[in-house]
Amino acid sequence: MEKKNRSGAVIFSPYVKGEAVKKVVSMKREDVLFDLRESKLKGRGGAGFPTATKWTLVAAAASTEKYIVCNADEGEPGTFKDRVLLLEYPELVFDGMVIAGYVIGAKLGIVYLRGEYEYMLKSLEDYLETMRKENLLGKDIAGKTGFDFDIIIRLGSGAYVCGEETALIESLEGNRGEARNRPPYPVNTGFMGKPTTVNNVETFAAVSHIVIKGGAWYCNHGTDKSTGSKLFSVSGDCEKPGVYELPWGTKISELLELVGAKNTKAVQVGGASGFCIPKTQFDRALGYEDAATGGSIMIFNESRNMLHVLKNFMEFFVEESCGQCTPCRIGNTKLLEGVEMIEKSEFTFGYINKLKELGKTMQVASKCGLGQSSPNSFISILENFKEEIFNSGGSHGK
Amino acid sequence: MENKENRRAPVSQKPLVIEKPKDPSYIGGTISIEINEKKVTVPLGTTILEACKMNGISVPTLCHHEDLCVAGVCRVCVVEVEGMRTLQASCAYPITAPIKIKTSTPTVRKARRNIIDLMLSEHYGECYSCFRNGKCELQNLAKEYGVDNYNFGHVEAPRYEVDESSYSVIRDMSKCVLCKRCVRTCIDLQEVGVLEAVERGHNTRISTFLDKPLLDVICINCGQCINRCPTGALRANDPSDEIWAAIDDPKKHVVIQTAPSPRAAICEEFGMEAGHSLTKELNTALHRIGFDKVFDTNTTADLTIFEEGTELVLRLYKALVQKEPVALPQFTSCSPGWVKFLEHYYPEYIDNLSTAKSPQQMFGALIKTFYAEKAGIKPEDIVSVAVMPCSAKKFECNRPEMNDSGYKDVDYGLTTRELARMIKEAGINLPEMPKGDFDSPFGEASGAGLIFGATGGVMEAAIRSIYEFVTGNKTEDAFANANILPLRGFDGIKYVELPLGEKFGPVPDVIKHLVPNWDWLKGVTLKVAIAHGTANAKKIMDDIKAGGKFSECHFIEFMACPGGCLGGGGQPIPTTPEIRMKRAQAIYAEDESLEMRKSHDNPNVVRLYEEFLTDGPCGHISHKLLHTHYIKRGRYIA
Amino acid sequence: MLLLEKNAMTEEIELLVKKHGNSRSALLPILQDIQRKHKYIPDFAQQEIARLLDIHPVEIYSVISFYAFLNTHPKGRNIVRLCQTITCDLAGKENVAKAIERELGIKFGETTKDNRITLEYVNCLGMCDQGPALLVNERVYPKVSPEKAIQILNEIK
Repeated sequence: MEKKNRSGAVIFSPYVKGEAVKKVVSMKREDVLFDLRESKLKGRGGAGFPTATKWTLVAAAASTEKYIVCNADEGEPGTFKDRVLLLEYPELVFDGMVIAGYVIGAKLGIVYLRGEYEYMLKSLEDYLETMRKENLLGKDIAGKTGFDFDIIIRLGSGAYVCGEETALIESLEGNRGEARNRPPYPVNTGFMGKPTTVNNVETFAAVSHIVIKGGAWYCNHGTDKSTGSKLFSVSGDCEKPGVYELPWGTKISELLELVGAKNTKAVQVGGASGFCIPKTQFDRALGYEDAATGGSIMIFNESRNMLHVLKNFMEFFVEESCGQCTPCRIGNTKLLEGVEMIEKSEFTFGYINKLKELGKTMQVASKCGLGQSSPNSFISILENFKEEIFNSGGSHGK
Repeated sequence: MENKENRRAPVSQKPLVIEKPKDPSYIGGTISIEINEKKVTVPLGTTILEACKMNGISVPTLCHHEDLCVAGVCRVCVVEVEGMRTLQASCAYPITAPIKIKTSTPTVRKARRNIIDLMLSEHYGECYSCFRNGKCELQNLAKEYGVDNYNFGHVEAPRYEVDESSYSVIRDMSKCVLCKRCVRTCIDLQEVGVLEAVERGHNTRISTFLDKPLLDVICINCGQCINRCPTGALRANDPSDEIWAAIDDPKKHVVIQTAPSPRAAICEEFGMEAGHSLTKELNTALHRIGFDKVFDTNTTADLTIFEEGTELVLRLYKALVQKEPVALPQFTSCSPGWVKFLEHYYPEYIDNLSTAKSPQQMFGALIKTFYAEKAGIKPEDIVSVAVMPCSAKKFECNRPEMNDSGYKDVDYGLTTRELARMIKEAGINLPEMPKGDFDSPFGEASGAGLIFGATGGVMEAAIRSIYEFVTGNKTEDAFANANILPLRGFDGIKYVELPLGEKFGPVPDVIKHLVPNWDWLKGVTLKVAIAHGTANAKKIMDDIKAGGKFSECHFIEFMACPGGCLGGGGQPIPTTPEIRMKRAQAIYAEDESLEMRKSHDNPNVVRLYEEFLTDGPCGHISHKLLHTHYIKRGRYIA
Repeated sequence: MLLLEKNAMTEEIELLVKKHGNSRSALLPILQDIQRKHKYIPDFAQQEIARLLDIHPVEIYSVISFYAFLNTHPKGRNIVRLCQTITCDLAGKENVAKAIERELGIKFGETTKDNRITLEYVNCLGMCDQGPALLVNERVYPKVSPEKAIQILNEIK
């Protein structure tokens, strides 16, 4: 696997394969958890749950059988940082999983790799094989007697919703990817009913660095509530799309400048399930305090039709909803119909307002994160671009 | 890596794995919470929904059903839990912390309305033209929440074709709201596995294997899905138009037999509380509607005891005395859902099924032969209707083997619900009817036949007779009031051992030609078992396959439906554990009120053997008319 | 399906069950292997998997129909999927789509007469920085222009 010339303060900082694993086996589990707590690392998938808390819960769970799951079902439109990590920095991800296995006391780690990334499968499996040869996986890892851990890769088969952790577990168990009821949470009742931690690819990568350099070091990056750095997947209308490592707290306008975006009208933060931010708010900072995101940044310039963008998002959700709960299954269809009505100028403002209210119901009453976040674009685009959408006399840009 | 349990229905559809402390008074066994600012204490692990119910607070539900595991998919039961960003489905939230719940906030009410509105927008059809009008849970919710405007539109054309292929169950998926109760019923409760959700997103629908018609997949016709469907998406195949036509045709002689379970439940369709048998009122009503004769299925239930009991004796004699290979344990065969279940899943055991027909089919064969001759009516002019608690009976009467009279033995199987509607249509208020009697020549029947309706009933009826036949003593000597209590109750599987003792009576005349004496039964302990619901049947069958304790049994009663016939797929909706219990009480009470409690005391049956089935139980005539054979169907779906 | 084919299929599935295990969690890997080889999962295979995993055939169908990359009906030898999600859309997916449809003489969702190619749309492939993206079987092609797309198609057999 080729490493591109990337640089960054945390994730893309120098790291030697296996070094965190070799270090961690000489540490006490509590000390690793202490470091993690000190780092204030939050889950990098987007939900932002503190990693130390999750791991502590699983570590404390009274079960001899526990699982580590790496969520590599990167399906959020506009997100591709996991692709880069897995292709170019597998050592960070897999070492992070081994560390999790050590801390939590699990014997098996499972990478749930989205079906669309099947082309990586062979090289990743080869990489795992080299780790086994170097005693970074298998029995008595890094010479630590009794520390056995292995990693397997399981493929998805084309379902966005499987990025939701309980849907992912259902899929691993051979079922439809339908989110579970919570509680109980996976930390208690996860894969095969056993305590399971499901973490994002980037989270594991961050852990490897934290083990080497310490929680305090990690904490020095970013802001008070959003520590460390974040990988941003930047796409859309800009000169240099790609993955960028930036400290949390970076302003949207700063990012736009960095990637060479011109005449920008809107930035979709957090993918299709995120929010659309208009020009007037480009001074907002990326981070849990303000504009939280799993890393997807999509840039739209002045020539783009925001209703067209919204329609594309809603079509996406109608197809990708798992269909089990009423608000998400039917709600998204209704929102899409609403967009089509606007497109054809066959709407009433009264009905659009009803749909916005429906969107708010979906946000609170849907069973999982998909339906809870799918109305975000609908609400934010119609709100932030109402001038363009409703008052342009039907002559939208293309 | 996983145990067998995990392989079944998806985990998301399984009950929550929260262990409830057995004794709530144990420290930490209960938890104090707040519901609508009122402090209450509930056992740890109680769901929010249960906690609300316990405290008199009503929360609307749709996908929730007491018989089924948690789904949490319809979302109408959402409530606010303080500190949580989103609303929580109260049916799926086990309480393990001192939470504060609010069940009626603006957000909650708005969400419920919107959700009901969404369901209505995709629910095809109009209430006034639906058979569930007035008994539809979606309709009730809409009424309760004032959702009367189709805020998000309403489908104008059906999305799916109605599947009318099955003799028993009709599926109109355009009315489905995807609550998945039928899926959980079929896969979890019954372990039949016909229905599942297919596709995803807006295309999600409940369907069969490769969307095949129901007739072509492994449906056992138990109709339990119908009983749990909140809307009109699932219904029984209703023959009442044909029956009306027959009644209105002066050339036709229309007879009807009524089974005990519909009689114990039909009151519910007339607004009465569950647990009142309206047997005699029903007799009057049926005559008034225009049925020419009303017969009691219990008569042939008594006959079944003779035939099936004799068959068991013969099998035991073969095994114990003649040492010939014979299929044991003998399985009951009166539940057509169970029979088809076995034909599909355990075809290698069809020889264990009693060849005796079900009471319905025995009656059918007798009506068009014995009765036709006696009454001087041409069998082709007789239309034979059976009121059953069951949708599988509709399939059973259409089995090609069931033409032994030379005609279709039973023309129509009618469910309790369908009969209730016919009665209402005729302008009759059933509970107000004067009491009437059954018609001869099949007038009275025994209480043993009656209790066939409850799980364990067939076994109890059989034991009441077998005990007396073999020991020569009265059943009452061994079991107070002839109530064999170990065989009763709603445990999924019951297992009972009955030592036959050392002292035997003479062999009764009616089977004297088959066995010389009872000496060969000395020291034998009769081992019997009872299972209701095919999921429990599956457990027993798997145990038998593995050579477990049930393979040592002599006789096993299987009923496809939970609770037995009284919980059948043709019974009034809703059917809940509590309602099943009340129906059972009604049946056992009616049994106790009768003078005649044992099948072999039924004079009509005794006369049948004297006049018609002259070569006795399991003789040639009875074999031709009252016994049948089965088909090894297997699992493969063509 | 001929008896011979059925026997071969049973044998194949038995091997897969041996490889992945007979627990329900082995279901997706088994289905994926069959899909990869046959480009679809035949009826008979579904029932055999159900039998060996001791679940119901409808549960298999339910799972297959849930996942976009599994199907119950035969498709072409090669499955060509064009990303339809927003950044690929903005980067000119429409022109690529039109060019492919013209060239092959079929619409998206259809299969060429010679069974060589099935055309489908797919949601986000994770190549948003290099759109439009095309997935041919499991291989991904970034920055596909109409011309490049036709070139790619011409190379597959």
